[in-house]
Amino acid sequence: MTAPVAVRRPKARLGDRVFVGTTWSAGLLIVLTLAGVAIFLAVEGIPALRAGSADLNGATNIVAYVWPLLFGTLLAAVIALVVATPLALGVSLVVSHYAPARLSKLVGYAIDLLAAVPSVVYGLWGIGFFGVKLVPAFEWLAAHFGWIPLFAGPASTTGRTILTAGLVLAIMVLPITTAITREVLAQTPTLQQEAALALGATRWEMIRLAVFPHARSGIVSAVMLGLGRALGETMAVAMVLSASGVVTLNLISSTNPSTIAANIALQFPEAAGLGVNALIFSGLVLFVITFAVNFAARAIVARSSREAR
Amino acid sequence: MIDLRTTRISEAPSYDVLVHGEPQPVSHLPLTHGRLPRWAPVLVAALATAASTLVSLTLHWNAFSWAVLAAVLYSVALSLWSRLVENGRAAKDRLMTTLVWSSLVIALVPLVSLVWEVVRNGIGVMNAEFFTYSMRNVIGPGGGIYHAIMGTLLITLAATVISVPIGLLTGIFLVEYGGGRVARAVTFLVDVMTGIPSIVAGLFAYALFVIFFGPGVRMGIGGAVALSLLMIPIVVRSCEEMLKLVPHELRAASYALGVPKWRTVLRVVLPTSMAGIVTGVTLAIARVVGETAPLLLIAGSTDSVNMNLFNERMMTLPVFIYYSFTQPGVPPQYGQQRAWGAALVLIAIVMALNLLARLVGRFFAPKTRR
Repeated sequence: MTAPVAVRRPKARLGDRVFVGTTWSAGLLIVLTLAGVAIFLAVEGIPALRAGSADLNGATNIVAYVWPLLFGTLLAAVIALVVATPLALGVSLVVSHYAPARLSKLVGYAIDLLAAVPSVVYGLWGIGFFGVKLVPAFEWLAAHFGWIPLFAGPASTTGRTILTAGLVLAIMVLPITTAITREVLAQTPTLQQEAALALGATRWEMIRLAVFPHARSGIVSAVMLGLGRALGETMAVAMVLSASGVVTLNLISSTNPSTIAANIALQFPEAAGLGVNALIFSGLVLFVITFAVNFAARAIVARSSREAR
Repeated sequence: MIDLRTTRISEAPSYDVLVHGEPQPVSHLPLTHGRLPRWAPVLVAALATAASTLVSLTLHWNAFSWAVLAAVLYSVALSLWSRLVENGRAAKDRLMTTLVWSSLVIALVPLVSLVWEVVRNGIGVMNAEFFTYSMRNVIGPGGGIYHAIMGTLLITLAATVISVPIGLLTGIFLVEYGGGRVARAVTFLVDVMTGIPSIVAGLFAYALFVIFFGPGVRMGIGGAVALSLLMIPIVVRSCEEMLKLVPHELRAASYALGVPKWRTVLRVVLPTSMAGIVTGVTLAIARVVGETAPLLLIAGSTDSVNMNLFNERMMTLPVFIYYSFTQPGVPPQYGQQRAWGAALVLIAIVMALNLLARLVGRFFAPKTRR
């Protein structure tokens, strides 16, 4: 009878243990930082709950202060999405299904360039060039479509309206939405597309029947990621928009709602006392909203990629 | 029997078929359907452009209305022609093709216009003084962006020093030691973190520094912390992708030689993926170097050169652009010119970083046997 050989786990080497510990704590640090963002913003934001009208630009309490900003944020983001989503879908289709390979690579570079331009430069372009060029269009809209409440006017003479801000946001959202949409479209099954073409479908019918059904959840999450960017974008809106803090659906007049992010950027350098806390509180609201939007979008992506596997 | 060799189609006897219950001679059913000639889109485009030009010249329209009218004329005319000659489905296909391609044109117009405007307005102020002087005691013309360039360099450098180790280590953790619940949570949170608005990152840095330094704190290092918050997720993502690309055989060979895991990671995995990691880090720097909002809050603005990250306000290029354009002073044209000039410099830096990243990725990539 042979004695059983004692199998011992090899002792972990010191170097390995140190290394695992270091990398593990780096990962943990990221989780803690994210929690820290929420905690610090909450700690500095909560005092604003007892702020009076002196610290809140005349608003009686913090809810009355944040609500018009939230409205403006959502309005600008909605304009941006309405414009950017069809464009992003079209550009992605060009890259994935319409253009020859060489051209689609070039288009990809151009869209990356669009993403690389800093937001303050978009703001500069929006206020110094784009807004000015839009003034005739606003006047035309006010003259011919003034019966729609959105274009009631009177048209702004500087072009610094919420519609301009929304359009600039649309240009900034476009590369993000396009980047994800084009990946999703490229991953749709080729066999079904070829089968559709072989059955005599036109290219558009093929896309509708064999591409969109597979890409739907990916496109939805791409749009939501774009929404996250549009909600949080600061400088372009802060520069382009001439805000007066009203709640209105009139898109082209000179009195516009402001957005949370732009309001923080504009007020923070001169703010003091509880005014700072009020701004941080509005930042907390923005953080919670964008976190929820991004969380939902990533969850959709994660679910659909698990299904594809 | 019909002799197929001698009978031409036109002489073929016609058989009756039922269409809607009525007998029809077979020769009346076309075997092919009509198709527009290959040059049809070109012809329609030329005609639409010509018609639009005519209308625009007579009514004194601007270029924008001209382009819109030409595009509308083109898509309507081509679809109508296709519907008449081909069929409704083909007409719809042609309309959608037009719409898809025009979305590309619409997306590219702002890019071209933006680059053109920045170059046109910014090229005028480019001279030696612009790059070597600060704005201290400058009223009216003159002055430069030396202080802003230095601030941007220092703050971005500090942000890189903070975020590259954290990002790289997290990437190693996810790829080499990942798979568990913690790793999945970290991956997901990193994804969510990429969506944090930059202004929130600035507020976080402020709220953090207020605890130590009291209200109204302004410091360059605070800007670096805020930028790191935006930069870390990008670095983690690219490191993760690059480490995943390292072939598993390399690790297995190293283990077989008795090399401990940590040395394998440091001496085998990291050198193999170094080019990709450098590319990712460079792209991350390019992403944060133009960030304005967090620096506006925590780094503040000043007219003088400040080389100390831990003391007082520091100017940066994006903040300089913002203040020079929105508060240009009297008379306004000099400040605004400097804003466009600084924007040109900033775009040039971002583009150079992007180009550098691509070159590093291309030339220093590990040689594969293909």
